[in-house]
Amino acid sequence: MTSTAFTPEAARALGGPAWLSDRRVAAAERLAALAWPTSSEEIWRYSRVDDFDLEKYRPSLLPIAAQRVREDQGQEPAQEVAFGGGPVAAEAGERAGLIVVRDGRVVHSDLDEALERKGVRVCGIATCEEAEVRQWLGVCSDASPDAFTVLHDAFLAGGAFVHVPAGVVVERPIVVLHWAEGDGLASFPHTLLVADENSEVTVVDRFSSTATSHLVDAVVELHVAQAARVRYLSIQDHGPSTWHVALQRAHVARDASLRSSAVALGGDYARLRSESLLSGVGAESDLLAVYYGDHGQMLDFRTLQDHAAPNTRSDLLFKGAVEDRARSVYSGLIHIREEAQKSVAFQTNRNLVLTEGAGAESIPNLVIEANDVKCSHASTVGPIDEDQLYYLESRGVSPEDAERLIVLGFFDDVFDRLPVPSLVRTLRHAVSEKLGRLHG
Amino acid sequence: MSTLKIEGLRATIASNGVEVLRGVDLEIESGEVHALMGPNGSGKSTLSHTLMGSREYEVQGGSVTLDGEELLGLPTYQRAARGLFVAMQYPVEIPGVRLADFLEAALAGSGRDAADLHQRLAAEATRLGVAERFLQRGVNVEFSGGEQKRLETLQLAVLAPKFAILDEIDSGLDVDALRDVSRRVEAMTQEKGLGVLAITHYARLLTELRPDRVHVLMGGRVVASGGPELAEQLERTGYEGLAAELGVEETVVAPAVSDDPFADPGF
Ligand SMILES: Nc1ncnc2c1ncn2[C@@H]1O[C@H](COP(=O)(O)OP(=O)(O)OP(=O)(O)O)[C@@H](O)[C@H]1O
Ligand SMILES: [Mg+2]
Repeated sequence: MTSTAFTPEAARALGGPAWLSDRRVAAAERLAALAWPTSSEEIWRYSRVDDFDLEKYRPSLLPIAAQRVREDQGQEPAQEVAFGGGPVAAEAGERAGLIVVRDGRVVHSDLDEALERKGVRVCGIATCEEAEVRQWLGVCSDASPDAFTVLHDAFLAGGAFVHVPAGVVVERPIVVLHWAEGDGLASFPHTLLVADENSEVTVVDRFSSTATSHLVDAVVELHVAQAARVRYLSIQDHGPSTWHVALQRAHVARDASLRSSAVALGGDYARLRSESLLSGVGAESDLLAVYYGDHGQMLDFRTLQDHAAPNTRSDLLFKGAVEDRARSVYSGLIHIREEAQKSVAFQTNRNLVLTEGAGAESIPNLVIEANDVKCSHASTVGPIDEDQLYYLESRGVSPEDAERLIVLGFFDDVFDRLPVPSLVRTLRHAVSEKLGRLHG
Repeated sequence: MSTLKIEGLRATIASNGVEVLRGVDLEIESGEVHALMGPNGSGKSTLSHTLMGSREYEVQGGSVTLDGEELLGLPTYQRAARGLFVAMQYPVEIPGVRLADFLEAALAGSGRDAADLHQRLAAEATRLGVAERFLQRGVNVEFSGGEQKRLETLQLAVLAPKFAILDEIDSGLDVDALRDVSRRVEAMTQEKGLGVLAITHYARLLTELRPDRVHVLMGGRVVASGGPELAEQLERTGYEGLAAELGVEETVVAPAVSDDPFADPGF
């Protein structure tokens, strides 16, 4: 891949700590040698990768710096209000900590003092100690690389780092607000979570951007150590011209549990790979998603439930709706490796196609190499059930209200399982607003 | 005092064009209870859905008026707003949509006050023996047949329409539930002047509801109307006997002639 703006020189020029800069340059050299993928590859089938033109973007040159800003050193950062992170930050309820990331650079972080005393770390990848972060960075994403993760690594300017030490329970969520702005810029947000043995934490990532053209190439890495309990929610609510390409990958160790969820509403093209590797005996993972596409949006999901140890359990429930000319893709794989005997895995994808010009693809897959396992998958694509509409209308509900109620009801079982109940109202409202536009 | 008047109603099944209703005439006044009986497949449910405006059926002629206003041509929800209600033979499961959510939208849709909805729901639930948990789940989802019928009655009571078509409200109800449901319907006819068309196969419901009139639907028409003694006669003779007596040749509509892709091509 030759690019005028995304060169090894440009990767070095971003600055920041030397170890990170060297890591970027190495990735940029790999990038230069890389053939960009096309939709003829199975994993890119149905995607818009053929429309992608890196030349349309240039890397954000905001300085990598920003010392850690303590809450007691001043007011809430102005950006939080300015870029609309406010509602999510506020409605997550009482939070344990906040990280604000602008174009991939951490510009603010704070953490509850009691947790800080217990050793919990909430800081920027580029600004915390190399020894704290370097060993973890890229461990998950290197296990599942693609062209966009290489590009990400080549221009990684920082991002959020959260470390919860063994045995510590963080009751309230830690909120990370990723904001992208600047016409024609590319940014590379990163969230790196390390939950040590028997710890417990909830992290909320919110990705949002302005209406101008933007590439957001994100990576989220979740390390869930033995018997740790991690709940993770990402909310993607980009402006209408943003391309969002993200990998969200978890490594789940023995007896640990992960509930990883995504709500995807915004962007022009938004692709999420959501993966979990169950690497230890008794590990569990729930992958959930709600998505709603309108106008000419395309929402693209690729999932992997990778069972690499015995007695592991995974469940997946992805539900989406599309209207207008929007498209969605769900392509998911359950992979049960030979050593993963007595594992249980479920996968369900359901799609509502609300208008004739819209469309949804659903491709569930199983690869089972062990012989004593329990697996199932289900997938549906279809319009709203006419009988349901008629039933509600026969009680006096207008067709518009009936449709809204049925679509919200359709998402209800996913909303019920989202890891931050206090945000469900806001998210339901966001879906309802999009639905409102269908009739507006 | 209101009147629901059905005159010469003809309707076909939209998907295959088969004419199921071939000129139905019925008139119901406020406070009256009419029973409608007829063999399986004679078109009783088709009649209730056609009255409600289901898109599965196409009206070919006739009229349905409520106090002189033509209902045919109005969308379903506006017929409900005018005061028509159908308790369905097969209520529909709607995951994630709770009763209170859509009843609120229903009341709002007809410009009515929903302020005391929750109290009314709770009071009616007690009266009809509907446990609280049924109000918290997706409507009809994983409800038993009898639970669904209690819930239909509960909605009827909360929405308080002028006329209700009860399509086999008695099917699936145990003895106690049948009594609760009947008492509730009877109270509405007496206190609120609800007019009722009760579709049923069983004398039991008639004993409970004591209809003013009994009608028999066969071959797409109302072929006989009378007092409760008509139901008793049916118990003795069956529909075949009644058809013979009345000279009705076709008791149910002709099965649809379809192009069977698996039929023997004959060569
Ligand atoms: N949507 C439909 N599509 C195809 N056929 C239909 C449809 N609705 C009704 N029918 C047919 O029309 C006829 C009348 O059906 P309907 O349900 O009205 O009978 P019914 O009198 O209510 O019978 P039951 O006593 O069994 O409830 C039947 O032959 C039925 O199979
Ligand atoms: Mg019927």
